Amino acid sequence: MSVDYSRIMEIWKNAPNRGEMEDADVVAEGENPVCGDRVRIFLKIRNGRVADASFTGEGCAISIASASLLADYAKGRTMEEMKGLGKEKMMELLGLDLSKNPSRLKCALLPLMAIKKK
Amino acid sequence: MDVGKIRKDFPILERVVNGKKIAYLDNGATSQKPRQVIDAIVRYYSEYNANVHRGVHKLSEESTIAYEDARRKVAEFINASEEEIIFVKNASEALNLVMYSYGMANVDAGDRVSISIMEHHSNFVPWQFLAKKKKAKLEFVDIDGDGELAELEKASGSKIVSILHASNVLGTINDAEGICRVAHEGGGVAVIDASQSVPHMPVDVKRMGCDFLAFTGHKMLAPTGIGVLYGRKELLEKMGPFLYGGDMILEVKKEGSKWNELPHKFEAGTPNIEGAIGLGAAIDYLNRVGMEEIRKHEVELITYAIAKMKGEVSIYGPLDARKRTGLVSFNVPGVHPHDVATILDEDGIEIRSGHHCAQPLHDRLGLESSARASFHLYNTKEEVDRLVEGIRKVKKVFA
Repeated sequence: MSVDYSRIMEIWKNAPNRGEMEDADVVAEGENPVCGDRVRIFLKIRNGRVADASFTGEGCAISIASASLLADYAKGRTMEEMKGLGKEKMMELLGLDLSKNPSRLKCALLPLMAIKKK
Repeated sequence: MDVGKIRKDFPILERVVNGKKIAYLDNGATSQKPRQVIDAIVRYYSEYNANVHRGVHKLSEESTIAYEDARRKVAEFINASEEEIIFVKNASEALNLVMYSYGMANVDAGDRVSISIMEHHSNFVPWQFLAKKKKAKLEFVDIDGDGELAELEKASGSKIVSILHASNVLGTINDAEGICRVAHEGGGVAVIDASQSVPHMPVDVKRMGCDFLAFTGHKMLAPTGIGVLYGRKELLEKMGPFLYGGDMILEVKKEGSKWNELPHKFEAGTPNIEGAIGLGAAIDYLNRVGMEEIRKHEVELITYAIAKMKGEVSIYGPLDARKRTGLVSFNVPGVHPHDVATILDEDGIEIRSGHHCAQPLHDRLGLESSARASFHLYNTKEEVDRLVEGIRKVKKVFA
């Protein structure tokens, strides 16, 4: 299979960490105008580390699953650690190989790119 | 029309994607090429490659004849004369040529320019730029609930009315004769973007009555990088050049230059010779099959597709196949079109997803994006069946 949806669908269906955070210290926004994907990542920082994380967004299953996983991964980590994450780590979290699907790679990396911009 | 025989002419249709034979349903974006077109290009480079309109040697004479012969074929294909056919790189360039050479010289502050809300960006952005630059008013003909033009008459009085013939999203075939009539009655010129119609049905510029008509080669079995602007001779004669340089001049002196005759005035620099020859071969191919036959085949396919898809997905545009080209845009409720396209691709079914370069139309429809299956002469009902099966699989994955 070119893109394995099984893991994506598991996350997409429940989408853990979904929801707006009113008292967030960091709000990272990402948009892909080509497909209309939009995500916002909310981070609460305590003592230099992410104490809580959530996301909101509209888009394809890959971008939503990616935001959900990234919010989870962020908890307990510093902003510097998060900004230092590479594409390989994101693929590992998603359990995907998008090396042959560059257009879908943009969907997968949208949330991470939003954090890197902060 | 023997689709089985036609399919044998297209080597790429044998391609296997993810272990499955491809069902290529993205012809709205670009068509595949028959070996007759590929061979014509190979022959040009193997046997008579030389620059056109330059040398007097044998190869140059042969390439010039082939290049100009392609122009004749294009002219006959849409019922124009050869001097009214300008080779450009694509429909966007054709429309930019009209905008710069005609629009900039004829549109003033306060003038109106009308397009429709269903335009492809290629027929949207140039006019938006012109209107801003000239402080003119850009107005939009709206659509009704069936995805057809509504209140076209409101465009009357515009200096330029530029509207597409067939929508690349809705599939709607607009009344091009009506558009031209409205433009002319109000004293303006009519520009028709025929990118999605010329490859799929007979088009006659005289009958249509348009002043300009733009289309691109790669959607009609020809290579990329070659497109056509038809312009009515009287208008082209009055217009200044679009690009300046080689081949578009008769004489160059230190003090100034004289422009070449039509159509060469609008073709600066060495043109896309292989592209024009490929386009000529593509037109020969389409003519052999017959444009009426191709249209009939696509009406059959789209009727079949709409009937099978109606219960499965949301379909946009008119449901009456006679009012639309052979494409269908749709959404699987609750599933992003990119996911639909990726899951279909796993089974070798190639469709488009996104906003199809028609963002204002998607805004008007209240959509972020859509999925689109678009057919051409080589597509079959079996491929439509595979598409419908694929859509059912998408629903299962997302259930």
